[in-house]
Amino acid sequence: MRVNQISVFLENKSGRLSDVTRTLADNNINIRALSIADTIDYGLLRLIVNDPDLATQVLTDNGFTVARTEVLAVEIPDRPGGLAGVIDILAAKNLNIEYMYAFVGRSGDHAIVVFRIEPVEDAITVLQEGGMRILRGEELHSL
Amino acid sequence: MYFWDKKTECMSLDELRELQGERLKNTVRFAYDNVPFYRRKLDAAGVNPEDIKSIDDITKLPFTTKEDFRDNYPFGMFAVPLEQVVRIHASSGTTGKQTVVGYTENDIGVWSEAMARTLSAGGTTKGDIVQNAYGYGLFTGGLGAHYGAEKIGASVVPISGGNTKRQLQIMQDFGCTVLCCTPSYAVLLGESAAEQGIDTSKLPLKAGFFGAEPWSENVRREIEEKLHIDALDIYGLSEVMGPGVSYECMEKAGLHVSEDHFYPEIIDPETGERQPDGYKGELVFTSLTKEALPLIRYRTRDVTYLFSDNCGCGRVFRRMHRVLGRTDDMLIIRGVNVFPSQIESILMEIDGTEPHYLIVVDREKGRMDQLEVWVEVSPKMVSDEVRKLEAIERAIVAELESLLGISLKIRLVEPKTIARSEGKAKRVIDRRDLNQ
Repeated sequence: MRVNQISVFLENKSGRLSDVTRTLADNNINIRALSIADTIDYGLLRLIVNDPDLATQVLTDNGFTVARTEVLAVEIPDRPGGLAGVIDILAAKNLNIEYMYAFVGRSGDHAIVVFRIEPVEDAITVLQEGGMRILRGEELHSL
Repeated sequence: MYFWDKKTECMSLDELRELQGERLKNTVRFAYDNVPFYRRKLDAAGVNPEDIKSIDDITKLPFTTKEDFRDNYPFGMFAVPLEQVVRIHASSGTTGKQTVVGYTENDIGVWSEAMARTLSAGGTTKGDIVQNAYGYGLFTGGLGAHYGAEKIGASVVPISGGNTKRQLQIMQDFGCTVLCCTPSYAVLLGESAAEQGIDTSKLPLKAGFFGAEPWSENVRREIEEKLHIDALDIYGLSEVMGPGVSYECMEKAGLHVSEDHFYPEIIDPETGERQPDGYKGELVFTSLTKEALPLIRYRTRDVTYLFSDNCGCGRVFRRMHRVLGRTDDMLIIRGVNVFPSQIESILMEIDGTEPHYLIVVDREKGRMDQLEVWVEVSPKMVSDEVRKLEAIERAIVAELESLLGISLKIRLVEPKTIARSEGKAKRVIDRRDLNQ
């Protein structure tokens, strides 16, 4: 039900993002989704990859500081109002979205959006009661 | 040439050495009889107060260090009961504990006298309006300059540090003639005046007394050009007294030590051997008239040299070159003493592991010294949310600012980006151009 996301601390200087993507490419790791949160001096690169354990290891070995978090990948009807419907469900139960970003691939005729919501247990219950489908890690990686 | 007390400042060398000998004898006897710490120290060194017969016997005495202040915190170094102490100041210690100093009424009088000499040497008289922008508080700068200026009879404006706009407004409105502050703040005032279109050549300001941090001849020229004043260097440290321990005359060629109160020596910091005049080494002071806190051969950790060729002003007091460096890793930033060990202990507390950090001190043109601490992020600090990192940054800044008493910036950097040499990281990069 939950998907492993890895976050990498990056200073804002040229070449650092390519160091990450190059390290992953050299180890045959596929990036499925990503987002960057940044400040003036540094950023956090959040990634969903097909092999989070291997990615964590090779990035750490290459001197990056990596954190792991569990996020939810939710199928969203790919039509106007699709995303609004999901967010309404969460808002109705007072669940705050820490952040979210779109997945690169599609699940059939659905888009996929990655959500970070605390507490994650409540979010799962609320979304499922609202009729939303949450993808498991394996499903996501096999898309 | 200007003097506060020409008779004393220009006495003969023989008279001075005689006076110093007498006063040293009294000081050693007084310290031995009233401070258990000194009694133990002298006994351990096999020295009896009776052995001190002239100023040349000073080399028989053991040294005192900043660590001794820490070990006797807060009042263990005092030679008089607290009923006789009328003032207490404090400055940073190496590890959390402050270095505490006390003054009797008489001590305050001597200090005021020393500062009166300092300000008079740069032409300050009772007709002057002194804008005192040194910080008032535990730091000795503010009250030290204040009492000296009052002793002269000048009108003191105790504006303290900061609020540059108001400083310039008052400087113009009051017609201040003398400025006291750190040299970097004087540069900032000059830059800000220019930005505001204030023509400083039209202001009555004529002299400035700048100290509490290292500076250089280049900075002197910059201040003199920007503010159209004579910029004079002053030196002091709270353990010895505060500002006014040594001061420049209008020759601007080294700082005369008020030797009748504070006896200077230069030693080899490795061996403790006394160095002849002209040789560089660690500056050591012995107080000759202090009551609350007699100081015997206190190692300042400041590196300089003394010289005694006759100064054009006629003062008998030897001069010290402006401070050339430190024998320890203490930094002086905006007049505040900062030890890397203090920063390290806070980072250790916050992260729970040995921190990799770098202290970067910079002085951009026309700005105050900037203190930046680079901290390598540890896996414990990083999560998926930027605001958690920002919260850690804020916590570090708050802890450090509260401990050090100055503002600073934290910069989180990636692991292994701070250079390690032979396993040990270089802790400080000081980009200020201090010795030109």
